[in-house]
This record gives sequence, structure tokens and C-alpha cells, in this order.
Amino acid sequence: MRGGKALPLVAAAVFGAAPLVLPGWVTFLLTLAVAKSVMVLAIALLLRGGLVSFGHGMFFAAGAYTVGMAMKWGGMREAVVLTFLGVLAAAAAAALLGLLIARYRGIFFAMLNMAISMVVYAVLLKLYWVTGGTDGIGIRTPTILGVMPERESLRLVMYYFTLVMTLPAFYAVHRFWTSPLGFALRAVRDNEVRVEYMGTSVARVIYAAYVLSGALGGLAGILTGFSVGHIVPDLAYWTTSGEFVFVAVLGGPASIPGPLVGSIAFEFLKSYAYKYAAFTWQMTLGVTMLAIILFMPGGLWTIYEGLARQGRQWRLSWKRTG
Amino acid sequence: MTVAVVILLDGVLYAAVLFLVAAGLTLVYGVMRILNIAHGSLYALGAYAGTSLVLVYLKTGGPAPLMYLALLAGAVVAGAIAGPLVERLLLRPIYGREEVVQLLVTYSLFLILEDVMKLLWGVDPYYVAKPYAFLGTVTIAGVRYAWYQLLLIAVALATGVLVSLAIRGTRLGRMIVAVTADREISATLGINVGRVYTLAFTAGAILAGLGGALVAPLISVAPGISVEAIVLAFAVVVIGGLGSLEGAALGALIVGITRAAAVQLFPEIELATVYLIMVAVLLFRPRGLFGEWETRRI
Repeated sequence: MRGGKALPLVAAAVFGAAPLVLPGWVTFLLTLAVAKSVMVLAIALLLRGGLVSFGHGMFFAAGAYTVGMAMKWGGMREAVVLTFLGVLAAAAAAALLGLLIARYRGIFFAMLNMAISMVVYAVLLKLYWVTGGTDGIGIRTPTILGVMPERESLRLVMYYFTLVMTLPAFYAVHRFWTSPLGFALRAVRDNEVRVEYMGTSVARVIYAAYVLSGALGGLAGILTGFSVGHIVPDLAYWTTSGEFVFVAVLGGPASIPGPLVGSIAFEFLKSYAYKYAAFTWQMTLGVTMLAIILFMPGGLWTIYEGLARQGRQWRLSWKRTG
Repeated sequence: MTVAVVILLDGVLYAAVLFLVAAGLTLVYGVMRILNIAHGSLYALGAYAGTSLVLVYLKTGGPAPLMYLALLAGAVVAGAIAGPLVERLLLRPIYGREEVVQLLVTYSLFLILEDVMKLLWGVDPYYVAKPYAFLGTVTIAGVRYAWYQLLLIAVALATGVLVSLAIRGTRLGRMIVAVTADREISATLGINVGRVYTLAFTAGAILAGLGGALVAPLISVAPGISVEAIVLAFAVVVIGGLGSLEGAALGALIVGITRAAAVQLFPEIELATVYLIMVAVLLFRPRGLFGEWETRRI
């Protein structure tokens, strides 16, 4: 863990300065990647407790559609209020569903999430007079703390808005992860019965993680909605959830930066691969996921960790000789 | 009255297809304790293979009744090829691994098969109405039904009876029961567990393929049918109890009739009703109607 203190600062500096030197389209992709990384973080959180959800797209959609509807029907424009509202709605949805889902593990947990998200998808599709059906809802440019962003600087403003909104999410997961609840979640993965013998309620631990992951999913959906400017029922479709699971595995669920690294790698990979491999896109995801699960279970972040470890050893040996 | 007949017949028809798919899913789960998320893809594979074979056969201009054989052969061949391949290459390395790893692996397979089918058959829907139209229609209580639909119900029933007889009566069936009950003791008794796994998985794949091929003339075979199948089949086996064949039959009937009723009465929430029932069953019997309680190991 040594050297870990400097990492968030370095990351903040790099992300803060990035759009000043990068071209506009890269900034846009980066905005998307950062927004979606919150969702990946949510999936990774559950993965570390030994749970996988193939339906978290529904919270993504819950957040995005709350914002969309509040804009379309409520006439609200303020981004900060809307974000707060959307996260609250997604957390409430997770709190309600969690009552049922947190009782299940493994297969049941995975498939119940998938099943319910498909129902959400169907509802979003069928209630077209409220949700716009397949056309979705357009998200107009919001005001940020009462200020309407200029058209020319919109992209930059959205990037920084996303970044600022993402920070508390990463901090929350970090805190959760180092709290007794987080340790209990890790222990649940190893042996649930023993955790209960220690006097901890496994159901409560999983419920807390589920509600947190739902809220994070909602936030990701809202931020993505803002930066894309348009939301569709596909957000709740199984392929969306599947991609998030893929990215979590790709980046490595065992660390906080893993989801961010995975998300950025994925977003750029996708923007290229989609053009050349539209028919083999799912297949590429599947094959890569298989390879990672079987040969590199820690994901991309383990590469950095391996290098860092070598670097430390190298420094040590240098000190010893010098 | 008419609505009641429609709901009942449509429901049993849905149930017949669902039963075939769910029976395969539950058989595979019972034997190897893996929920195969790619099971819906095997169903779609059967639908595509059966449809293509019928189309090819119809071009040759052979006697029409034989097209039903082509339909079934397509499903069986697809399952018999895909089943052992998947089991040997993909599932064998992950037995005994964490459940979440197993889920991710079958999920990857699901992603891969989706695109394999798109590459082989394209994204345009396939229609083959000939097997459906050939048998003509019958009027039951004022509602016209195709004979094919009734035939489908009969085939599903026969398959169900055959499978349960085979499991009870044949040597292989008993070996499957033994492996389901306890893998290690079966191995010590001299059962080749690996082979039983391969055979059970292949049988599951063939059942899924049969479901797909039989329903193919009634629907348009297009990308997207696999996810619908796995999600519904999952609901069926959860209601009936994972690993139980009787449960799959009962679950299929419940889901089939509910869905038919919802289509007639509240079409907007068709899919949601199935899950409401699933949730209700899970609340009162968390292991399903025929599910067995597992002891928790420390």
C-alpha cells in the first residue's frame, strides 16, 4: 500500500490537465469513460463480494430516465439538482429491489438482476407515451449551478462536471472498502457461514453493497446521459449490463483504479473496433473476457501493480548497492 | 369463453416449448451445478439449424412430410456438435471454480455464440412457414388452431415422458442420477463422471435445440431470441426448482399460461407478470416448488 497516497493526487492532476492538451473528440470519449467507470466501479464492488450482476443496466437507466423525465415533464434544467434527484431515485430502486435480491447469491443473484432489467427494458419500451419508446428522450444542455454553459466550451464544462461528480463516488467506494462493512463483504466471498458465526449479518452487508452499487449505477447513467444528450431503453438491455461486467473484469475488480483504467481502455477500443467489427463485437468481448478470466484474473490493473512491484524491488536493490 | 380457450391453448403451447428448453437447463444444472447462460443460444442455434435444413430440403423438392424430419435433424445435429465441444473445451477447465467464474465463462460463451450465429446466418430474420401451413387448421371451441401447434404440444409431452423414463430406466439415466446426487461417490463406484458430464450437457443442448427448431415455424428466427429464451427458461426453472424435471414441467405450465393470459388481458406487462410470479414463488419457497434444500457447509 506504500506509495498509494500519491496516486490519487497524480491521477487528479492528470485528469484535470488532460483536456487542455488533448483534442476535443478525445475529451468527449474521456468524459464517457469517466462517467461509465462509476458503473464499472459498482459492478466491481459486487464482484469483490463474490456477486455478479448481469442486470445493473437497470440502475443506469433508472438514473438516466429520472433525469430525462424530470427535464421533459418537470421542466428542470439544473444539473446538480437533477443529479441528486437521479441518484436518489436509483438508490431507492436498489433499496426496494435489494430487499428481494440481497437474499440470493451466485446464479440467483446474477439472473434475477438480468431478469428484472429485461422487465425494466420492456416497460421503458412499451410505455412510449411517457418514455418516448425506442426514440428515447433527448437531454437538453443543463445549467450548472444556475449558469448556462457556453456552446463552445460545453464539451469542456461537461468533462469537468463529470469529473467532479465522479470524485465522491470513488471516495465513497474507497471508504466503504476500508470500513468494517467492506471487510465483511470480502469475507462473505470466502465463507459466508463463518461471517455469520462471527455475529455479522451477511444479508445486511450484501444489502448495503447492493444499495451503494445501485446508487453508483444511477450516477453513471445520469452523467452518461448528460454527456451524450440522449437516452434510450437500450440502457437497460442485457448487452449494456454485459459490457459493464466485461469492463470490470478487464480493468480488474480488485482495485479502485481498475474500473477507471478498464473503462478508458474499453471506450477507446470500442470507438475503433465498432467501425471494423460491428458483427463480431460481442464475440470479441466474449473471447477477451474468457482469456482474462482464465489467464489474467486480476485484469489490466495487475500489469501496473506488477510493474510497480518490480520498480520497488529495483529501487531497493539500487539503494543496497549504492 | 373463447378467451379462456385461447389462454389455455396458447398457454400450453408456450409451455411446451418452454419445457423443452428449461428441461435441458435444469438437467445440466442438476448434473454439473453450472447454470449455463448460453443455453438460450443453444436454443437459437437449434432454431437456425432446423430452419436452414428445412429450407435446403424444400429446395430439393422431396416429399413434404419429410421436412419435419429435417427440422428435428437440424436441432439434433446442432446440439450434438455444439454440446460436446462446449463441455470439453470450455466447461471442463472450470469445474470446482468459484460460482462467479463459472457464470462469467458461460456468459462469455453466450456473447460469442450470439455473434457466431450472426456470422453464419446474418441479421435478417428467417421465416419458414411451410411446416406450419402444411398440416392445415382445426377449430376448437370457435378458435382456429393449426394442427402444427397441437403436434408441437404432443412432441414436447412425448419428449418429457421419454426423458424421464430414460433417466429412471436406463443405465445411463441411473448414472446421471448418481452423479447428480454425489459426484465423488459416483466416481469411486466406477462411473466415468467426465463422460456423464459430456453426455448430460449434450442432452441438454439437444433439448434446447429441439425447443428452438420446433417453435421456429411459428416465429421469425432472428438475433435476440436467445436472450428471451434464457430469461424465460430461467424463470421456469426457478419457479419449478433448479435441477428438477417435474419442476420444469410445472414451471413451464405456470409461466406459459400466465404469459398467454397476460397477452390477452394486459399486453403491456406481459413479461413483467412472469417475473411477478417468479418473485412470489421465491418469497414463499426460495428453492422453487420442487427444489431441494441444500445444507450449508462451513
